[in-house]
Amino acid sequence: MEQKALFEYVLRMADDSLILGQRLGEWCGHGPILEEDIALTNISLDLIGQSISLFDLAAALQGEGKTHDDLAFLRFENQYKNVLLVEQPNGDFAMTILRQFFFDAFRKPFYEALCKSPITQLAAIAEKSLKETRYHLKHTSEWVIRMGDGTEESHARAQAAIDHLWRYTHELFYEDAIDAELQASAQVPSLKAIETSWLETVKAVFAEATLEIPANNWKFDGGRQGRHSEHMGYLLAELQYMQRAYPNMQW
Amino acid sequence: MVSPELIRTYLQEVGDPEIPVLTIIDLGVVQQIYDAEGEWVIELTPTYSGCPAMQQIEADVLTKLQEKGINNARIQHVLSPAWTTDWISEEGRHKLRLYGIAPPVNEPDKSILFAEAPVVPCPKCQSPETKMISLFGSTACKAHYQCLSCKEPFDYFKCLK
Repeated sequence: MEQKALFEYVLRMADDSLILGQRLGEWCGHGPILEEDIALTNISLDLIGQSISLFDLAAALQGEGKTHDDLAFLRFENQYKNVLLVEQPNGDFAMTILRQFFFDAFRKPFYEALCKSPITQLAAIAEKSLKETRYHLKHTSEWVIRMGDGTEESHARAQAAIDHLWRYTHELFYEDAIDAELQASAQVPSLKAIETSWLETVKAVFAEATLEIPANNWKFDGGRQGRHSEHMGYLLAELQYMQRAYPNMQW
Repeated sequence: MVSPELIRTYLQEVGDPEIPVLTIIDLGVVQQIYDAEGEWVIELTPTYSGCPAMQQIEADVLTKLQEKGINNARIQHVLSPAWTTDWISEEGRHKLRLYGIAPPVNEPDKSILFAEAPVVPCPKCQSPETKMISLFGSTACKAHYQCLSCKEPFDYFKCLK
């Protein structure tokens, strides 16, 4: 039973990384400046690389002889378990950076805690990914401050991105029976402490950036059950196109 | 007689696909080499999770060993302990400099925002007067710098700990 919960848990992590990596990849050739074009696609590459390690582990736990490509490319929309935040469209540069900042500020303390997991393969992926995530968080934090404390225009765009994305951030800390089962046997960390750490980072960076946490407290979720926003189908159509058009193709 | 030491010698002939002057031994991605019931296991660790050179390196390792008459080898990925730029050899650092890439220097803690960029001497004219153009460069492992003395742009192999 625990094996099944662990498969689902790892799949959720893998999907978060893959879908956000896919979104960032859409910036390739469209960045506001060349350096940022390269930065966003580098972060994308790290995330997709992390998802490969996670899909390999998920496939091994599933025990049906599937590969990471099968899991990444050949599921239906309701079988993807990523949070809604990562599938939201890129919008303008502020929207992309704020989405990434919220995610990085979550992933850093999450990976730090997961490094202590007794599941050695999962701890190893966390240890590897943490080094990359620290770099991402530094990059996005600096951009949030630069935009928030920048011009009237950049401040307004950064605040608009926060006001729009805030409703999706709560789902990063969503927990259900899968988490409860694995937490009961101390296999994975509780997300309560991660949320506290996340909020501290967000508040500290927003204070520097003269940006504000929105007053309204709408909360959207459903991603962990495979209920996605309307954007997901379009994203998957592009992500899966080659495998659907040319089954089993390889580069 | 095939031994882990001999295999390691052979692997000194395998170059990094993106930085061909470095061997994969210089880079520090080859971990343990051992005999597992008649099969040679070569442990490789990625520099970055998504490094596209890793697949090429794996293929190159197996091809090289086959050239040397070792057909019973396989690659084993290891993620922990995670690769760090400290594992790049002195020889490797020297080769990087000659190739025009500045080797990693100790950098401030990544949790410090807007920390002073590290002093990275220009690999062409050795001037310490350089500036960082971007944290992210031509590959995942590099940042983009420019020399303020000779004006040349150059790649910096960024510190990963």
